[in-house]
Amino acid sequence: MTGNEAMAEAAIRAGCRAYFGYPITPQNEILEYMAGHIPAVGGAFIQAESEIAAINMCYGASAAGVRTMTSSSSPGISLKMEGISYLAGADLPCVIINVARGGPGLGNIAPAQGDYFQATKGGGHGDYRMIVLGPATIAEAIELVMLAFDLADKYRVPVMVLSDGMLGQMMEPIMLPEPVDPTLLPAKPWALSGARGRDPNVVTSYFIDPGDLNRINTQRQSRYHQIEENEIRYRETETSDATIIIVAYGAVARIARTVVVMARSQGIKLGLVQPITLWPFPYAPLRALSSQVNTILTVEMSAGQMVEDVRLAVADRAKTPFYGELGGLVPTPKDILREVKRNVS
Amino acid sequence: MSVNMDNMVKVFERPRSLTDAQFSYCPGCHHGLVTRIIAHTIDELGIQDRAVVVTPVGCSVIMYEWFRCDGIQAAHGRACAVATGIKRVNPNLIVFTYQGDGDLAAIGTAESIHAANRGENITVVFINNQIYGMTGGQMAPTTVVGQRTTSCPNGRNAQIAGYPIRFAEVIAQLDAPVYVTRQALYDQKRIMAASRAIKKAFQCQVEGRGYSLVEILTNCPTNWRMSPVEANSHLMNEVIRTFPLGDFVDRD
Ligand SMILES: Cc1ncc(C[n+]2csc(CCOP(=O)(O)OP(=O)(O)O)c2C)c(N)n1
Ligand code: SF4
Ligand SMILES: [Mg+2]
Repeated sequence: MTGNEAMAEAAIRAGCRAYFGYPITPQNEILEYMAGHIPAVGGAFIQAESEIAAINMCYGASAAGVRTMTSSSSPGISLKMEGISYLAGADLPCVIINVARGGPGLGNIAPAQGDYFQATKGGGHGDYRMIVLGPATIAEAIELVMLAFDLADKYRVPVMVLSDGMLGQMMEPIMLPEPVDPTLLPAKPWALSGARGRDPNVVTSYFIDPGDLNRINTQRQSRYHQIEENEIRYRETETSDATIIIVAYGAVARIARTVVVMARSQGIKLGLVQPITLWPFPYAPLRALSSQVNTILTVEMSAGQMVEDVRLAVADRAKTPFYGELGGLVPTPKDILREVKRNVS
Repeated sequence: MSVNMDNMVKVFERPRSLTDAQFSYCPGCHHGLVTRIIAHTIDELGIQDRAVVVTPVGCSVIMYEWFRCDGIQAAHGRACAVATGIKRVNPNLIVFTYQGDGDLAAIGTAESIHAANRGENITVVFINNQIYGMTGGQMAPTTVVGQRTTSCPNGRNAQIAGYPIRFAEVIAQLDAPVYVTRQALYDQKRIMAASRAIKKAFQCQVEGRGYSLVEILTNCPTNWRMSPVEANSHLMNEVIRTFPLGDFVDRD
């Protein structure tokens, strides 16, 4: 099973019963897997006329109370941004997978991490947040897709799984979780199900009165604060005695695990912090580590996006160099080790 | 005369499916008339407890406040995609969109055509007032040649802006739609015919037959800068020359 197929199967097992998408490489296997498998469990599948249509179909299906997902890759995710803002504004859960590729523009179909800003800092308009999860292996991708549906429902927010072409296309032996029975999930009393024996339900992000919108936005912000308090996830490797730490997410974190082993065998006390929730970002643990080490090296397949969050966390308590590869080039363990050595000497 | 009065009473009694909230439409605007006709239809078909209105961005954006049924506000132009999502996961709901000409036939062209082409079992009510009402009277894709708007102050020039889109005819080219019609509201006879058309379009959905579109030629007294009476004669004498009335698809 490729990473893409594994994420699609994980979604079905999480109780996803509506999927809408549009072809784009390197995520086509998700769409194709859903076309073949979601109808078998009574789910809805449409190959939409565009990513815009797909995200708006999600908006409708989610409003009707069903666990809903769409997936795409970078250019298609750009088209979904208005819809994501509407989902956030109407407090609708939805899972969005971005199997990111090189950009900007049409870029290429190679793995890249240039969509971090778009995913974690807005992308769409307005004061909203989206939970962003960054898997580094297929096993993590499965776990995080399952988690994404739970978090989306719990907080009524869109959740993005920010993957990349490398993870999407590769194969690994995996264990699949037990399927969730969607009929046993918590009820959604706010959903559109017909106003029978109750007042009508309304799903909207439109509040013409500034006082109303202020109140609703403020309530939503307090939910975001709860997410920041309860949902930060990250993984530390060999940090306890480290003098230098790499911060990397997704595919780069996976490569950096190898670098830690290589560096340790050469006597370099290297550790790794892998943020798993990219929003909310693990500022506090990085801040804590920053007084213990000399250097926190951020490695990304971008010109330097997450590094801004790392620098916010670390301030001037440690050096915060950056190493990035652009355009879909994947750094090798050797490349990263070279950067580590440059920073320990 | 007494027959006409009976008809008037039928259309204008307050339907049970309307809430007590005040319409936000300008006086004399046909939007209010269509809103009432839909509510009346929902009453007649007894579908208030499973109807879902998908509202557009336009003068009818807060329609969900007026219907005593579930409602959802869609991004500008995307109502047919939103309706598709709802209907596919809960086919028991009666899902209808209510969209202006900017919403349905400009920014939402792709979603509007493809929902029709898939034969989604939804009802689309298309309010063709030949103008962008909510944003203050700019040119719409349906603005007739020569008509003045704030963004074509000298009148629509086909050389620059092309010709008005006859959306019902476009949709009628597709194989899937079961009922496609264009109606108007400029006199009592037309109002009754439009009411029948709307009822029929909802019935198509209730019977599970598929996609239907009711395009309605309506006025915008405010942005046309006409009285409601002038607007009616403009519709009757000018607009229907560009937009002929009648059924384009009626698959029984
Ligand atoms: C993405 C986006 N673009 C533009 C607008 C601004 N806008 C609001 S309503 C509207 C057009 C309304 O015209 P129409 O759809 O014909 O509806 P009417 O008000 O005439 O009933 C526009 C352009 C918007 N809300 N969203
Ligand atoms: S602006 Fe025009 S279309 Fe909108 S409510 Fe007023 S008269 Fe009706
Ligand atoms: Mg209009």
